[in-house]
Amino acid sequence: MPGKLKVKIVAGRHLPVMDRASDLTDAFVEVKFGNTTFKTDVYPKSLNPQWNSEWFKFEVDDEELQDEPLQITVLDHDTYSANDAIGKVYIDIDPLLYSEAATVISGWFPIYDTIHGIRGEINVVVKVDLFNDLNRFRQSSCGVKFFCTTSIPKCYRAVVIHGFVEELVVNEDPEYQWIDRIRTPRASNEARQRLISLMSGELQRKIGLKVLEMRGNAVVGYLQCFDLEGESGLVVRAIGTACTLDKLSSTSAFLPACNSPSKEMKESPLVHPPSHGCRSTHNSPIHTATGSRLTQNFSVSVPTLIYTGMGSGSAGKEGGPFKALLRQQTQSALEQREFPFFTLTSFPPGFLVHVGGVVSARSVKLLDRIHNPDEPETRDAWWAEIRQEIKSHAKALGCHAVVGYSESTSICEEVCILSASGTAAVLNPRFLQDGTMEGCLDQRLSWQPGFFSIGSEKGEVDFFPQSQDSSSLLGIEETSPAGCGFCHIPYDELNMPFPAHLTYCYNCRKQKVPDVLFTTIDLPVEAMVIGKGCLIQARLCRLKKKAQAEANATVISNLLPFMEYEVHTQLMNKLKLRGMNALFGLRIQISVGENMLVGLASATGVYLTALPTPGGIQIAGKTPNDGTYEQHISHMQKKINDTIAKNKEIYEINPPEIPEEIIGSPIPEPRQRSKLLRSQSESSDEVTELDLSHGKKDAFVLEIDDTDAMEDVHSLLTDAPPPPGFYSCNTEIMPGINNWTPEIQMFTSVRVSRLSNITLTNQMLNKNFNDLCENLLKSLYFKLRSMIPCCLCHVNFTVALPEDELIQVAVTAVAITFDKNQALQTSKVPAEKSLQRASTDNEEQLQFPLELCSDPLASQPFSPAKEVLESASSHTGIPAAQRATSIDYSSFADRCNSWIELIKLKAQTIRRGSIKTIASLDKASPLAEGHARHRSVPCSTNSTVTVVKMTPLSFIPGAKITKYLGIINMFFIRETTSLREEGGVSGFLHAFIAEVFAMVRAHVAALGGNAVVSYIMKQCVFMENPNKNQAQCLVNVSGDAVIFVRESELEMVPVQSSTVISQPTSAGGDVTT
Amino acid sequence: MTNDLDIFVGNTTLIDEEVYQLWLDGYSVSEAVSQRLRAGALEQPGAGPGAGPGAVLHSDTLDHYRTCHMLERLLHAPPKLAHQLLFQIPPERQAGLIQRYYAFDEPFVRELLGKKLSKGTKKDLDDVSAKTGITLKSCRRQFDNFKRVFKAVEELRGPLVDNIQQHFLLPDRLARDYAAIVFFANSRFETGKKKLQYLSFRDFAACAQHLIQHWTLGAVDSHVDDMDVDLDKEFLQELKELKVLVADKDLLDQHKSLVCTALRGKISVYNEMETNFKNLSRGLVNIACKLTHAKDLRDFFVDLVEKFIEPCKADRWPPSDMRLFLTQYTGSAHALDAFRHQALWDRYMNTVTACLLQMYHD
Repeated sequence: MPGKLKVKIVAGRHLPVMDRASDLTDAFVEVKFGNTTFKTDVYPKSLNPQWNSEWFKFEVDDEELQDEPLQITVLDHDTYSANDAIGKVYIDIDPLLYSEAATVISGWFPIYDTIHGIRGEINVVVKVDLFNDLNRFRQSSCGVKFFCTTSIPKCYRAVVIHGFVEELVVNEDPEYQWIDRIRTPRASNEARQRLISLMSGELQRKIGLKVLEMRGNAVVGYLQCFDLEGESGLVVRAIGTACTLDKLSSTSAFLPACNSPSKEMKESPLVHPPSHGCRSTHNSPIHTATGSRLTQNFSVSVPTLIYTGMGSGSAGKEGGPFKALLRQQTQSALEQREFPFFTLTSFPPGFLVHVGGVVSARSVKLLDRIHNPDEPETRDAWWAEIRQEIKSHAKALGCHAVVGYSESTSICEEVCILSASGTAAVLNPRFLQDGTMEGCLDQRLSWQPGFFSIGSEKGEVDFFPQSQDSSSLLGIEETSPAGCGFCHIPYDELNMPFPAHLTYCYNCRKQKVPDVLFTTIDLPVEAMVIGKGCLIQARLCRLKKKAQAEANATVISNLLPFMEYEVHTQLMNKLKLRGMNALFGLRIQISVGENMLVGLASATGVYLTALPTPGGIQIAGKTPNDGTYEQHISHMQKKINDTIAKNKEIYEINPPEIPEEIIGSPIPEPRQRSKLLRSQSESSDEVTELDLSHGKKDAFVLEIDDTDAMEDVHSLLTDAPPPPGFYSCNTEIMPGINNWTPEIQMFTSVRVSRLSNITLTNQMLNKNFNDLCENLLKSLYFKLRSMIPCCLCHVNFTVALPEDELIQVAVTAVAITFDKNQALQTSKVPAEKSLQRASTDNEEQLQFPLELCSDPLASQPFSPAKEVLESASSHTGIPAAQRATSIDYSSFADRCNSWIELIKLKAQTIRRGSIKTIASLDKASPLAEGHARHRSVPCSTNSTVTVVKMTPLSFIPGAKITKYLGIINMFFIRETTSLREEGGVSGFLHAFIAEVFAMVRAHVAALGGNAVVSYIMKQCVFMENPNKNQAQCLVNVSGDAVIFVRESELEMVPVQSSTVISQPTSAGGDVTT
Repeated sequence: MTNDLDIFVGNTTLIDEEVYQLWLDGYSVSEAVSQRLRAGALEQPGAGPGAGPGAVLHSDTLDHYRTCHMLERLLHAPPKLAHQLLFQIPPERQAGLIQRYYAFDEPFVRELLGKKLSKGTKKDLDDVSAKTGITLKSCRRQFDNFKRVFKAVEELRGPLVDNIQQHFLLPDRLARDYAAIVFFANSRFETGKKKLQYLSFRDFAACAQHLIQHWTLGAVDSHVDDMDVDLDKEFLQELKELKVLVADKDLLDQHKSLVCTALRGKISVYNEMETNFKNLSRGLVNIACKLTHAKDLRDFFVDLVEKFIEPCKADRWPPSDMRLFLTQYTGSAHALDAFRHQALWDRYMNTVTACLLQMYHD
C-alpha cells in the first residue's frame, strides 16, 4: 500500500440553478478514485455551498496513483428523482508523485460538463502521502519527471541524455462500443474522457518504467498523441527523450575544478573522418527506394525524401557508409541503440557536432480493428518500421543520430498516414550515456557545471567553455569554431552521386558546407546569423479520387511523393526569395481527407553566416521568339528581383559588410581574412582554391513551361511580408531579436473554410488554401497590433480536413513584445574585452551604475541569443554579424561596464535566490514559493484569480523559472445539441477554447504555479452537423506547469558588493535554483 | 470560399475599446465594420498591405462581438467578473469594462426618468430610440441595467450609493447617478411634462441627491430597509404644519417685511419680489403641504417650476438674487415668534432651495 491519497472538498461557487422552483441548488460532491467513492453532505439551497468536508482518504497502489485520475463530480440532490449531475473535475495527481514538484493541489477548479461547458467552480485540496517501498518489483514509475519542454529544462542540468523512449497503448473507443447506442451523449463523452485520462496515465507510467530501466530520472520533450481510429479503436502513443537530470543548486556552482578537463576530453576525440559516403542531391529529392509491399495489414511504405540542401538518402544503398560508420568507435554507443533519436530541439552547445539535414518517412496504412488491446503489436510494428526508415536515412547522410524528432498521424476513415521526421545529426558522444564516458562526463560537469546551463538557462551563458575547450569539445576539428561547426557536412562530398553545391564554410573556411540547410530543430544557440528570421510556409492541396480501402491507400501513397516534392520546391523558392539560406523548425504536415490531400510546411528561415549567400531566382520561359511573352517573363523576373531586394531590407540581411568589422579582432591576420571574404563575394578568380563550385553564384532557375508553373510563380509573390513592427517565426526564439519585454500573449485561432464546390481544380484549391493561411496571418497581425513592435514566436499551424470541402486550420502561437529602439543598436560586445576592461577600469565602471536600469542588457539579461552570440564571437574573434557598424567607443565602454555590473548583480542575486530555494526545498514549507509569492490570499473568496501565463515557448521573457511543478496533459470533449443557440460553430468553439484555457490555468494555479510553458494544443478535432443543430469538439493540450519570478523581483534583492567579479564565469554560468 | 468558423482566443482576453463601444452602442456587426472602416481602422499599423477590404475587420469585429456577448452574462453581476476563471482580464481592464457597460446616455435616461421600470416601459423603448437616435439595442441594455440595479438594491439595507457600488463595482459618480435613477423610478416623479423639458438629467440627478440626503428615512435613521429610496412619510405628514406660514395673515406679513428689510438694496428685482412675495411664499408652502398625496408628490418638480421658477423667470430674476431671496426667506422664518417648526422648515427649505437653484436656468 504505498500511497495514501487525501482529498478535501472545501466549497463551491457560481453553481448553476438546478431547481427552477427555488432558483437554487442542493449540491453535494462525489469523490472517486479507482473503485472507491466518497460523498459529501448535501449543502441545501445555495449556489455557493460550503461543504468543508473531512479528508477523504484513498489507500492505493502507486501504480494506480499513476494511472487513475481523481474524479470529482458535483451533483444536485433530488429527493424524488435521480440526482442531476452538474459537472465534473478530473485532477491528474501525477505532479504530486515526484519529490521536487508540487506537494499539494489546492484551488478553485472549473466544474466542467461536456454538454454545458463550465458550470461554476469548486475548491478542492488534494495531497498524497507516498511510502517508500523500493524493494518491490516495480510496476510503477513514480518519481520519473516528465517535461513537454524540448530542451533541458531551466533549473536542471543534464547529467546524461539517455535517448529515445516510446510507448503506445490501445483500447476500444467508447464512442464506438455497442453501449453507446443506448447511453446519453454525456455518458459517452465522459467515458471517453475518463478512458483517455486512464490511458495517458498508464502510458506515462510505462514510459517511466523504460526510463528507470535506462537509469534515467526524467523524460524531456515528452509528446503524447491520440489517434482516434474510429471503429478500429483508440491509440494513445508517446515519445520522449530519457535523461538523467540534476536540479541545479548553488552548491554545485562553487565546486572547484577538480580535473584537468582538456586532457580528459582529448582521450576520446570525436573521430569524424570524411570517409563515409553519401549520395544526395536536392535536384532530385524524391527517391523511390522502398516500394509498396502488401502485408497482412495493407501497408504502403511511401518513398520518402531527405530534406537537406542536399537531398536524399535511401534505405537500400547505405551499405558502404554504414560500415564506415561502424568503424568509428566513439559512435558505436549510439549505433547499438535501437533508435538513436532525440525529441529535443535545442541542445547544450557542442552537443550537435554536425547537422546533415531533415529526414522524414511516411507510410500509408489501412486500419483494422485492434483485436487484443493488450498486444498492440501491429501499431508498434508500424512505427518501428518508420523509425527504422528514418534511422537508415540518417545513416545515408552520414549521421548516427536524429534530433528534433517527432511523429504524427493523419486519419481519414480507414486510411492512416503515419509520418515521422527529424534532423540527421552527428552528436558529441560525451553527452550521451556510455559506460566509458560517464565518468569523464561527470568530471567534466563538475568541473564546469555552467557548461550545461546554456541549454537550461538560455542566455545565461558563461563565456569560457568554448574558448577553453572548444577544441577538445569538437574533437579533431580543432580549428572549427563553435558558431559554424554544426553546418559542416557530415557526409563525404567525393562520393556524392549527384551534383550539389558545396563550398567552404564562410565562417572558418576549413570545412565544407551545403548551400542551404533544412532542419527540424531550433536554431542552435551558438549559430551565427545575419539579420532577422521569418516564418516561411509551403502550402499545397491535391485532389484525390474518392476510393475505398486498398485502392484509396494506393492513390494516396502515389500522391505523397509529388506532394513532398512540391512542398520542398516551394520552401526552397520562398527561402531564396527572402535571401536566406537555412530553415529551422521545419514541420511538414500532410493531412488526408475524403477527396483531397493537404500539405502544410512551416519553418523559420534565417541567414547563416557559415553558408553561402543564396543566389536569386531566375525565370526561364519555354516559348522563345514571342515578344510579349518575353516581356512578360522579364517583367516577372523584375518583380522577383525586387521582392528579393525588399526582403533583404526587411529582414536586415546584408552579409557583404562583414570585412570592415573584423579589424581589431583577435584572430590573426584579420586584414587578410577580410580580403579573402571580400574577394569571395565579389570576384572569384583570386581565390579559386577556396571556392570550387560556388563562385558563379548560380541562381535557382524556374522554368515556366505551362500555366501551372506560372501560377506557382504568382503564388510565390503573393506571400505578403508581415506588416511593419511584426516578425514571425515558428521556432522558440527569433534570430536577431534579443531584447524582449515581458508582455506576452498566447493565443489559439481556428478557421474552417468551406470550398466552393464548383469545379474543384488543384490550382483553385491551392489558391484557396493559400488565401486561408495568408488571411489568417493577416488577421493575427491586425488583432495583435496593439503589441507592436512584437514577434509571433512558435507559430504552430495544424491543418485538417474534417469533411468534404472543409479545410480546418488551427494556429497556436505567442506574441512577445520587444524594445524597438534597443533592437536597433544590437550590442554585441566581445566578452573577453569587456572583462578586461572591467577589471582595469574600475573608475569608469562606477560612473555608470545607473545605466543598468535603462540598459538593454539589464532589462533583458536572459535574452537567449544575444549573449550566446557574444560568446561565439568572443571565441572566434569574428564579431557577430549583427554588430552595428558604428558603435562609438564611449558608448561601447558604457555598455561593457554596465554589462559587467550586471553579471555581478546577477551572481549576487542568484546566490541569494538559491539560498532561499534550498530553504523551501525541504518539505517543511510545502507551497511556500507558490503560495506565498503568487497567491497571497488563496482561500479568501475575495481574492482575485491568479494570473497564469501560458506560452508555447520553454521560457518566459524577462523572468526566471524557479520550479517545475509537473506536466499538464488534459483532454476535453465538448458537445452541443443547440448549436444555433450557442452562437453557431464559431460561438461554440470560441467558448470551448476559452474554457480549455481556463481549466489549464486553474490546474496550474492549484499546483501553486503561475505559468504554463511549452504549451501545445496537440489535437483539435471538430465535427458539426448543422442540420441536427449539433457539434462536437475534442481538444488535447499539454504543457509544463511552472513557477516563475520576474527578473525585476529577483534584482530587488539587495546586492552585496563583494568578490563576484573574480569569478564571473562560474557564478554567471550556474545560476539556477 | 467562405469561412464557416473563424475564432481567435487569447490567454489574456483581448477586447478592443473601440469595438466594445460599438457593441455597447448596439450596432450590428456589419454596421460596426463600416464604422471602423470609416474611422480608418485599416490604416493603423498591423493592418498590413493588401488586407482584404473589410475582411480582416469583419473577422475581428465578429470575434470581439462574440467575446462581448460571452462577457455580458458576467457583466450583469460584476463581482463575478473578478472571480470567474473563463476570461483572464487584468483588474484595471475589468473595471473599465464594467464602467462602460453601466455607462448610459443622458438623453436616454432623461426620457426614462421617473417612469416605472416595467415591461410596458421596455416595450415603448422603440419610441425613445427613435426620439433620441440611440439604437434600440443600446436602449434595451441601458434599461436592463437600470432595472437590474433597481432590483438588486430595492430591498437592501444601508446607503443606496454604497449598495450600488458594492454590488456593481461602479465608480462613485456613476453609482450616484444610478442612485438618482433608482430614486426617481421608485418615487415616480413626473419629469416628462413639457414645462420640465428644459431640465437635464444632471439637474434631476442633483435634486435626487438632495432629496435622498435630506428627505428619506436614511436621513434620520441609517438602519432601515429602503432607507434611501422611500421618502420619510412622517416628515411629509409634518410638513402640513407649515401651512400656518401662509394661512396666518399676520405671520405672512411679518415674514414678508423681514425678508424685504433684509433684501432692500441688495437685489436688482426688489420691486418684483415685493409684489410677488405672497404668491411665491404661498406656492412654496402649498407644495410642502400637499406632499402627502402621492399624486402631488409626483408633481413635485412640476409644481416647483409652475409656482416658483416660472414667475421668477417672468420677472427675470438673476440666479444670484434668487439665491439671496431663498436664503433670507428661509432664515427670516426663524425670527417669527409664532412659528414653531423651525427644524421642519429648515429640512424642507434647504432641500427645496438646493433644487430650485439647480433647476433655475434656461
